[in-house]
Amino acid sequence: MTTPENLITVKNLTKTYKTGDVEMHALSSVSLEISKGEFVAIMGASGSGKSTFMNIIGCLDSPTSGEYLMEGKDVLNRSKNELAELRNTKLGFVFQSFNLLPRTSALENVELPLLYNSKVGTKNRTDKALEALKSVGLGDRVDAMPNQLSGGQQQRVAIARALVNDPLIIMADEPTGNLDSKTSYEIMEIFQKLNDKGITVVMVTHEPDIAQFAKSNIVFKDGKIIANHLVAERKNATNELKNIATMTDEKSTT
Amino acid sequence: MRILNLLKVAYRSLNRNKLRSFLTMLGIIIGVASVIAMLAIGEGSNQNIKASVASLGTNTIMVYPGNSAMGGVSQGAASNKTIKVEDVNAIKVNCDLIKFVSPVDQKRVQVIFGSQNWNTMILGVTNDYLSIRSLTISKGNTFTTADDQVAAKVCLIGITVVFNLFGDENFNPVGEIIRINSIPVKIIGVLTKMGQNTFGQDQDDIIIAPFSTVQRRMMSSSIYVNSILASGKSEAQVVDAVDEITNLLRNKHKIAPSDDVDFTVRTQSEISNIFGAISKVMTILLACIASISLLVGGIGIMNIMLVSVTERTREIGIRMAIGAKGRDVLTQFMIESIVLSFVGGLIGIILGVTVSELVAKFGGWPVVISLTSILMSFIFSAAIGLFFGWYPARKAAALNPIDALRYE
Ligand SMILES: Nc1ncnc2c1ncn2[C@@H]1O[C@H](COP(=O)(O)OP(=O)(O)O)[C@@H](O)[C@H]1O
Ligand SMILES: [Mg+2]
Repeated sequence: MTTPENLITVKNLTKTYKTGDVEMHALSSVSLEISKGEFVAIMGASGSGKSTFMNIIGCLDSPTSGEYLMEGKDVLNRSKNELAELRNTKLGFVFQSFNLLPRTSALENVELPLLYNSKVGTKNRTDKALEALKSVGLGDRVDAMPNQLSGGQQQRVAIARALVNDPLIIMADEPTGNLDSKTSYEIMEIFQKLNDKGITVVMVTHEPDIAQFAKSNIVFKDGKIIANHLVAERKNATNELKNIATMTDEKSTT
Repeated sequence: MRILNLLKVAYRSLNRNKLRSFLTMLGIIIGVASVIAMLAIGEGSNQNIKASVASLGTNTIMVYPGNSAMGGVSQGAASNKTIKVEDVNAIKVNCDLIKFVSPVDQKRVQVIFGSQNWNTMILGVTNDYLSIRSLTISKGNTFTTADDQVAAKVCLIGITVVFNLFGDENFNPVGEIIRINSIPVKIIGVLTKMGQNTFGQDQDDIIIAPFSTVQRRMMSSSIYVNSILASGKSEAQVVDAVDEITNLLRNKHKIAPSDDVDFTVRTQSEISNIFGAISKVMTILLACIASISLLVGGIGIMNIMLVSVTERTREIGIRMAIGAKGRDVLTQFMIESIVLSFVGGLIGIILGVTVSELVAKFGGWPVVISLTSILMSFIFSAAIGLFFGWYPARKAAALNPIDALRYE
């Protein structure tokens, strides 16, 4: 029985890749429940199946076998179009490599999901995109092209894009993989604030200190979940950033 | 609402790749422009032929030796001699519907005056010929019936011959004696300038002499005639006049009703139709060549769209990840290729019309730009956009989001 606040339920999720005659089990019989308001960090060695898992629960990929329910309703039997609508309205993606459209301004990038959402009018569109950009602290760079922005700024544009349709879940696959630690903390600060507002966050990371910002950690190994535990001493990104600031201040004064 | 969004998406994407968009359009631009220009030039020459043939007089009738019912226009080959001088007189006397009739003998001759010499065409005709062809005399006088009877050594010459023999178009050669194939002939008049005909022939490069002069002094036979030129009394009765001549000559040549005649009677309008048909074939040929370039343009669009789908696989993946449906991607790519071929078509129309006008202005070639050719090539280019955009667009839409995202 799935309780109503269970946002995501997967049972016996398996993904097998066939290369020639060799079968490769990227996921073998993974079962997991993620409830509303969670902040999960998925950890594990490279090649352990983290991305495969994320892509499946993000409806970008389909499993070889298994069950997947979102808000208690089956996902895997839905049509391509229904899945596209699901991605558009309920899910927000953040990628390691940002995946912004090149030669397209920050504002236009953020507007993109709204263009595919027939419920949002033209007038509303720009307002919503501006609001999303402001919420990630980029209200002053709306006309900048991706190549004029730093990595951290590009990732914030990507987060704004993920946010703009008010999703239930933010899914991020190594969002800080290409960023330095201070910028990573800034991204974590945004995620924690979003999570405080009730948005569920599922994030892949292989950096243990980044995983400390989540509420719970899941560890993958060889396509299986080998650990699932709450974070004992959860870090607060705002505090961590303050610490870094005072540390650099002390350095410069001495 | 939704289609407006997709238009915006397509516009942004084209705008982002201006050079590529332009190069893609280039094929269509050139294709449409050449279709319009070729058709305009073809149609222009068609109408020009019609006009100049009509100016020869629509009630003109020609009689050639030989039966050319199967072979188009016969040029009255010398070996094919069936029409006699007496046939001309019979027509003159018996055919009520004929106003003017003249025998026509023609021959290429060498003309000498002093140290100048010139190769030209001599026509042996009666004064009726001048009336049928509406030829007039600018200097001097035409020959008389008496001149014809005695085979007088007199002639009328065209401006081009004047220029080549006397070195000046405005020179008055009336009274001078020239040698035509060694025979001394006196110039008694100069023909009014006619210029070139539709086929670029110089109509002033000609000498006209009394029929008997040419026949007796320059032709090998004194019985047969190259051809006969006649004109009907009225345009409405031209067909009846043709029947009249045919029946008369059939009787005179003693041809049984079941046998084929040994001569051909044609009206000017029939000849004009033949040339019209030739020019139509030319126009179609030109249009075909132009259509091929349009097709190549279309393939260019498909090529670029295919490359663009591959090149933009990641972009398609991103769009799908944030909620674009297969049909949205399809529509976006379709709109892109339709916009490309539409805008290309419009530019092509402008270019085609401009080129046609330039040809008319500087080439002196008549052009007729038809609305049909503009509409046709425009619709064609839009169809090409649809047709050649469809395959790459389908390919893009069928992509799996994750495969597209992973694409390197
Ligand atoms: N498209 C694919 N084809 C074949 N094997 C794949 C494919 N994608 C992933 N794999 C394999 O599946 C396993 C899990 O990959 P992945 O989920 O990307 O790992 P992680 O993100 O944890 O590093 C790896 O061994 C990888 O080689
Ligand atoms: Mg990975």
